[in-house]
Amino acid sequence: MIPIPPDRRPTAGPVFERNLLAYRRMWGAFASGFAEPFLYLLSIGLGVGALVGTVVGPAGARVPYEDFVAPGLLAAAAMNGAVFDTTFNFFYKFKYAKTFDAMLATPLGPRQVAVGELVWAQARGGLYAAAFLATMAGLGLVRSGWAVLCLPAAWLIGFAFAGAGMAATTWMRSFVDFDWVTIVLLPLFLFSATFFPIDRYPDALGWVVRVSPLYQGVALCRGLAFGELHWTLVGHTAYLVVMGTAGVTVARARLARLLLP
Amino acid sequence: MTTPLVEAEGLVKRFGDLVAVAGIDVRVEAGEAFGFLGPNGAGKTSTMRMIACVSPPSAGRLRVLGMDPLRDGPRIRARLGVVHQEDTLDLELTVRENLLIFGRYFSLPRPVIRARADELLAFVQLTDRADDRVDALSGGMRRRLAIARALINEPELLLLDEPTTGLDPQARHLVWDRLHELKATGTTLVLTTHYMDEAEQLCDRLVIMDGGRIVAEGSPRDLIERHVGREVVDLRFTDDTERDAALTRIGTDGVRAEVLPRRLVAYTDDGDRLVAGLGTAGLHPAAMVVRRAGLEDVFLTLTGRSLEE
Repeated sequence: MIPIPPDRRPTAGPVFERNLLAYRRMWGAFASGFAEPFLYLLSIGLGVGALVGTVVGPAGARVPYEDFVAPGLLAAAAMNGAVFDTTFNFFYKFKYAKTFDAMLATPLGPRQVAVGELVWAQARGGLYAAAFLATMAGLGLVRSGWAVLCLPAAWLIGFAFAGAGMAATTWMRSFVDFDWVTIVLLPLFLFSATFFPIDRYPDALGWVVRVSPLYQGVALCRGLAFGELHWTLVGHTAYLVVMGTAGVTVARARLARLLLP
Repeated sequence: MTTPLVEAEGLVKRFGDLVAVAGIDVRVEAGEAFGFLGPNGAGKTSTMRMIACVSPPSAGRLRVLGMDPLRDGPRIRARLGVVHQEDTLDLELTVRENLLIFGRYFSLPRPVIRARADELLAFVQLTDRADDRVDALSGGMRRRLAIARALINEPELLLLDEPTTGLDPQARHLVWDRLHELKATGTTLVLTTHYMDEAEQLCDRLVIMDGGRIVAEGSPRDLIERHVGREVVDLRFTDDTERDAALTRIGTDGVRAEVLPRRLVAYTDDGDRLVAGLGTAGLHPAAMVVRRAGLEDVFLTLTGRSLEE
């Protein structure tokens, strides 16, 4: 007779473990996540950077463009990675593979599913961010020791967007609905002061950018990469924490309704 | 007396205005094989999902393993095995990995899971496919793997929703064979099916459901004798006038029959005598079959409809 621990509270660990097991055979897909931000860094950072020269940095002084854009790309990569895992991959497991229905035939519940998937997206995104940061350092694009904190910052951006992405996915009906993900993500990617300073916008538009989600991550990473520790960094951090927490809470409640009708 | 593994009183499941289960009473005792038989839409799967603690009852009382599914869902599920109607195997994993990760979902220690996975693969005759991807398996193999997976936690109660739907006859027999083996070792089975032969093969006791209600309950033999009789004479006619003549003739012998378009299904204890009687009266149906009565006939008698229409 096998000793079964029926009274042990289920944890999200096995949900994470399942993804680890599945990705062992999909290392190609996993590795591609490293390539994308790296290619951006080479083409936009070094390539475009050589044409642009310098721009106004977070402290007001002019800085080389590649130094300016690298933290922005890091923030954007953290967003893209988290959203991809919690929208497309999550939807596939949810609607097609019935992975979560299978999990609900065990002590696992919607809470463990949501947390496990989120932590997985986080871990994966965190790994890419670490590689990106190491590349930045290797290319001499890091201005301050505080840049080490870009890693937890990227992790926090991942958390915020993973939570929001997962919540949004629970309303998706088919893969066609994922066009909306692109429609939301692309402008965020292009216009969150990722590629040029926010003072290039007219005042009113500047404020729209200031309250948009990716801008928080970009400003946070850039501040840390340049060692410009301003009190606004606390505000950006708080924004991302609230966004992620709200996302996970909504996702969990929605999953409970959809998986346990 | 021991606690029943499943105990439902006035159990109801509603989805908005739709009443899927309209107040049923069910008791499943330890060691029995219990079936829900009925056509699609009868409320079988909704009932199963409530028992599996993945669908809260809308009304009524439900106890599974003596506990309340609403409060103790995870604790109950830790001791259940579930084989879903649709395939929920993990397509991104191999056959063996499907068992290993499921053991982890139950928080079982790894060495225990590994040993158990090997036993179960042998039990469902998939040892030589252990390292294949699930996509490469046939439908019958997948169903057997789903059964093995549901047994990884040595469940006290195994729930099977339509365990052989969509399988070819040979694959069905292989699945039945494994389920008989489980029955013999004392596993309690609860299954839904719309196949009469499956219910007759596997179930010690069953309920027939229709439109969210239970219309009959008993052992397969018991239900057949109570509602139908020993034999069935299935008669086909070229038109309904002939059919009505035959109906009048057999009615004089007190034989009950189900009237269908150009067809009569008569329930009797002596089929040959009924056929001989029709011949004497000069009535010659286009086709006729005398066979042993089955659950299909019980369903037809009780609802006036065929199960698989």
